[in-house]
Amino acid sequence: MQGNCGLFFESYRAEAGLFNTGFQRWSLGLFVALLLLCPLVLDTYLLSVLNLMCIAVIGAVSLNLLTGICGQISLGHGAFIGVGAYAAAQATLNGVPFLAALLLGGGASALVGMFFGVPSLRLKGIYLAIATLAAQLILEYVFLHWETATGGSRGLMLEPPKILGFSFEGERRMFYLLFAVAACTLAVVANVMRTRHGRAFVSIRDFYLSAEIAGVNLFAYKLVAFGLSSFLAGVAGGLWAHYTLFLSGEQFGIGLSITYLAMIVIGGLGSIVGSVMGAVFMTLLPEVLTAATRSLTGVFPDISSQLAALREGVFGLTLMLFLIFEPEGLANRWRLVKSYWKLYPFAH
Amino acid sequence: MTKTTPLLEVKGVTLTFKGIAALTDVSFSVEKGRIVSLIGPNGAGKTSILNCISGRYTPDSGEIYLDGQDMLRLAAHKRAAMGLSRTFQNIALFKGLSVLDNLMVGRHHLIHYGLLSAIFYHGRAVADESVHRRRVEDVIDFLGLSPYRHQAAGHLPYGVQKRVELGRALAAEPKLILLDEPMAGMNLEETEDMARYILDICEEWGATVLLIEHDMGVVMDISDKIVVLDFGSVLAQGRPDEISADQAVISAYLGTEDATFMGR
Repeated sequence: MQGNCGLFFESYRAEAGLFNTGFQRWSLGLFVALLLLCPLVLDTYLLSVLNLMCIAVIGAVSLNLLTGICGQISLGHGAFIGVGAYAAAQATLNGVPFLAALLLGGGASALVGMFFGVPSLRLKGIYLAIATLAAQLILEYVFLHWETATGGSRGLMLEPPKILGFSFEGERRMFYLLFAVAACTLAVVANVMRTRHGRAFVSIRDFYLSAEIAGVNLFAYKLVAFGLSSFLAGVAGGLWAHYTLFLSGEQFGIGLSITYLAMIVIGGLGSIVGSVMGAVFMTLLPEVLTAATRSLTGVFPDISSQLAALREGVFGLTLMLFLIFEPEGLANRWRLVKSYWKLYPFAH
Repeated sequence: MTKTTPLLEVKGVTLTFKGIAALTDVSFSVEKGRIVSLIGPNGAGKTSILNCISGRYTPDSGEIYLDGQDMLRLAAHKRAAMGLSRTFQNIALFKGLSVLDNLMVGRHHLIHYGLLSAIFYHGRAVADESVHRRRVEDVIDFLGLSPYRHQAAGHLPYGVQKRVELGRALAAEPKLILLDEPMAGMNLEETEDMARYILDICEEWGATVLLIEHDMGVVMDISDKIVVLDFGSVLAQGRPDEISADQAVISAYLGTEDATFMGR
């Protein structure tokens, strides 16, 4: 470690850094290195869970930007992801290179998100939630009925993504692609958070009257939040489309929107680390429950028919217990654990 | 007091809420480099005036000029760039942001890099953040906020939060700073500190101050001019000694019989 005690910054720029201590950098590096080695060790099933996590991280952090950081509740996030998915899918089907298609998907989703963000000028809190719920339902209808673009109820079939002739086919290759995009997304949101736009978002959430006095154009920044959040959601959608290789409208229902809301509430509103934790938790939970019920079937073969229902119940129960015992989210618990170990073994 | 150019001119402002007059034909001016106090009983319309100036309310008629600029033509968020800044009666901080970031938001209208620069944290964003951070540090030093720099504003003691809010207004480098009861709820020591800060803001930071305050001792001590409001109209205006001698003010504001506590 360094020879001095505590952190000393010699420039404002150094203090604005995201990872300031050697320990932070090393542990993050180690963590990333371990993740990058995962595809060599894990089997296809575990890798697919990891891949779903990467997509969920992008979706969750983008919703947290809008809801946790800017304070604008959105129940339409699932549909915005869907817009990105269909737009990116149509782009690659029409011969656009994958990365450009991903950006196009993001762009399409950003436009739609900003359009449905317009009511945020007048509506706050629960009323905005209802307005975005309307967006969700309208878009679901469009997914189902605009058959030339979405394939309607037949859905769309896709090819695995190709970048410069290299095909990302299979879980293993896909992991590197998804992981890279997820890491970029986290970096983007972290950067936004330490600059004037991120501060303006939080100021709108915390006290919009003062934000206005300070010169923050409330409407413009809310729209930017909607646009940026939907852009990243669209990217998540584009990845989802090219990962599952099949798109249909019901994938982007209200359930998906609520799952993402649950992720950021469980992880911690307004926290980037929390978004990641919430995404990981919410992706793991159904898998763990499935594994648990499968092992139970061996013990009690008679109740296998009830187990599916039981799994849903446990899922809901887990969420509720979380809200009761961990209302600040996993990010807060993580912070408490860290501060406990900081002083260990001298508690005071 | 020599005559100086008015920085803020409020001319004939009338404000009604569904037919009920909150302000009736209010006119006064605030001269550059002065501390002007608005006083009056509860409900006299002091905060309404501030809200008209800062853009929260739009008056039914009347004009408001800041440094010759017609403020009523501007949306509220554009008035910061004209040199206007304010604090609120109840603490209106960004609770989730650190003291530092609260003050940085105060400078929002002075920071101009674009979204792409922010997303990649590259170029202007990096350079500008450092420059503005340096200016914010000046405010932090001035208000003695350095121990709290990185703490979330919502977790600070009341008196410190009041100071942070003053700091946020000051960080905007305003020409005119509107203070809505900055001493409310403070003890004697904190009140004296705050009075000292206000005098320094005027003398050293070159900002003009329009102050709403109920602590008459402070108002009489630090004001260059006092405007008295009663039932939404201007009852009197003038130097502190003129106001404390004004019969209309004494009867309206202090009751008809005893005026001894006016002068502390």
